[in-house]
Amino acid sequence: MRGILSDRVGAALLMAPLLLFLILAYAWPFLGVVKWSFTLPTPGLGQYHALLTDDLVQSVFIRTLRIAAIVTVVSVTAAYAITVVWVRGSPVQRVLAEFCILVPFWISVLTRAFGWVALLSNRGLINTWLQSIGFISEPLTLVRNEFGVVVGMSHFLIPFAVFPLASAMRSLDERVLLAARGLGSSRMRTFWTVFVPMTRSGIIGSALITFVFSLGFFVTPAILGGGRSVMIAELIYLRIFQSPDWGLGAAISVVLVVFVGALMALLFRYVKPKELV
Amino acid sequence: MQQPGRAAEIKANGIGKSFGSFRALDNLSLDIGRGEFLTLLGPSGSGKTTFLMILAGFVQPSEGKLFSDGVDITNRPAEQRAAGMVFQGYALFPHMSVEQNIAFPLKVRKKSAAEIKQRVGEMIERVGLKGHEKKLPAQLSGGQQQRVALARALVFEPGVLLLDEPFSALDKSLRGQMQAEMKRLHQETGTTFVFVTHDQSEALALSSRVAIFNHGKLLQVGRPDEVYDRPANRFVAEFLGEINMLPVKGVRPADNGATGLCEDRAVNMRCKAEAIKGDAILAIRPEDMSIAPEASVNENGIAATAVASTYLGAATKLDLTTRQGAKVTVSVPNEVAAAALSKGNSVWLTWPAEKGFLLPDGGQ
Repeated sequence: MRGILSDRVGAALLMAPLLLFLILAYAWPFLGVVKWSFTLPTPGLGQYHALLTDDLVQSVFIRTLRIAAIVTVVSVTAAYAITVVWVRGSPVQRVLAEFCILVPFWISVLTRAFGWVALLSNRGLINTWLQSIGFISEPLTLVRNEFGVVVGMSHFLIPFAVFPLASAMRSLDERVLLAARGLGSSRMRTFWTVFVPMTRSGIIGSALITFVFSLGFFVTPAILGGGRSVMIAELIYLRIFQSPDWGLGAAISVVLVVFVGALMALLFRYVKPKELV
Repeated sequence: MQQPGRAAEIKANGIGKSFGSFRALDNLSLDIGRGEFLTLLGPSGSGKTTFLMILAGFVQPSEGKLFSDGVDITNRPAEQRAAGMVFQGYALFPHMSVEQNIAFPLKVRKKSAAEIKQRVGEMIERVGLKGHEKKLPAQLSGGQQQRVALARALVFEPGVLLLDEPFSALDKSLRGQMQAEMKRLHQETGTTFVFVTHDQSEALALSSRVAIFNHGKLLQVGRPDEVYDRPANRFVAEFLGEINMLPVKGVRPADNGATGLCEDRAVNMRCKAEAIKGDAILAIRPEDMSIAPEASVNENGIAATAVASTYLGAATKLDLTTRQGAKVTVSVPNEVAAAALSKGNSVWLTWPAEKGFLLPDGGQ
């Protein structure tokens, strides 16, 4: 009993700094934001009412959901392919895949966004190259639109989408795959009818994490969207820092947090936290 | 591997397998007859599972050839061999219902929906899973999962059914029940069964022939009574059940077999002594020895002292020590054991000449 007790106390002590930090730096200020949303500029539900009627806010919400959905599909699909190689490839392939997954974590999100600008802009590498081989005559608009935002965000989120998938693929019983092949199923068929369905929890976890991350993206859409493809986080920023409309910015923040919270609750109904790492 | 519904005949020719420097299987040649129930028996790491995986096509042999009905299938991939296989732990598809699991090999073979429905229905009935069709594997007991695995492996009428320790996860009573059921399925389907186990009693009870493996080598193949009563070497003798080993000196051929000196008394053996001369080991199963009141010239026998007894219900196991210090175990009726222990522990051990067999001294 003593052992268990002291273990618990020890665990609580180890967790305490993080918990304290979250309360002081996140929960407490957020309560302030909640307060603003009900009190600025006048007390009441005015800002939430505005939120429901303001066309701009609604279009940004819809765009954010659309981009997040596209980014999720792109990221999870790409991550699935990389993870298959990482978990089940030859030793050399594994090292290569690991490199591709880990290196992006070392490069700042800002650097990566500007990197994509350099690649995708009208006089960027891709357009220059396509023109030089005569494939196109006019540069393609690859950036400062939703396409650029999707590319940049997917690039950022793929490594995060990998981990839940890897965890699901690692816990899969190899013999079940052998059984499928032994029963006459080709590799392709085994992949689609056995392997993919058996990694379902990983796919759900990966998709929800990517989707939730996408909703709050700020830097990447701001740079690659070029102001034409504003997402919700950028809208909050604009409301609070550029137009003195703190109440509306706060209300949007509260709605975003509640929405994300609901998605997380949904996630943990289907997937155990330990399956995600 | 062959047309459906027809039992396969398999021939392994000089099969070897190395994993790096580890020799998992060495120069194995074995004929598996049509419709036979062959058990691959051995301790873990003996090569029996490696051989099964080579038969299934999941492992490629380093050398040797494999033939099915006379056709070389050494390089044929597993999905084209299509041997039915039951894995340790069953390896059912966790996301598919009982019905879908059993239908899987038929769907792969692009059978019509009507045929699939009919054959799956028959199979479910045959293995006694009626009423469980829509359940997922996780909702079934171990024995029921086992039945699904068997049904899935047999539904497409494979020429050979491979079973990798299928009963290892079941408790004892369920094991007996499943063994009986498997024997019945073997008779009903007529398919060639190749069964891997490390449980010798299971092997003896189920199979038409037993192949005994150790350290990657096939040591002996034969009917259960052949390998039990006439083991080729010491390992086989000991692996198949408890056995007493007594040193014999001066073995030489004699009428009807061989003769030699055991504990300074002449003993007769009914086995041939051509291969073994001089010093050897005389091996006798505990149930083949009995306790006699006194020495008899016409019978094999040695003096021994009872040191301990274990009551087993139907019989008593008696541990004894011979004059020269060899340890012997016999299985005798309870009252015989009680009598032996009551009269000062000194007894006379006898055995019929045809029950003892000779093994080379010291060697395997």
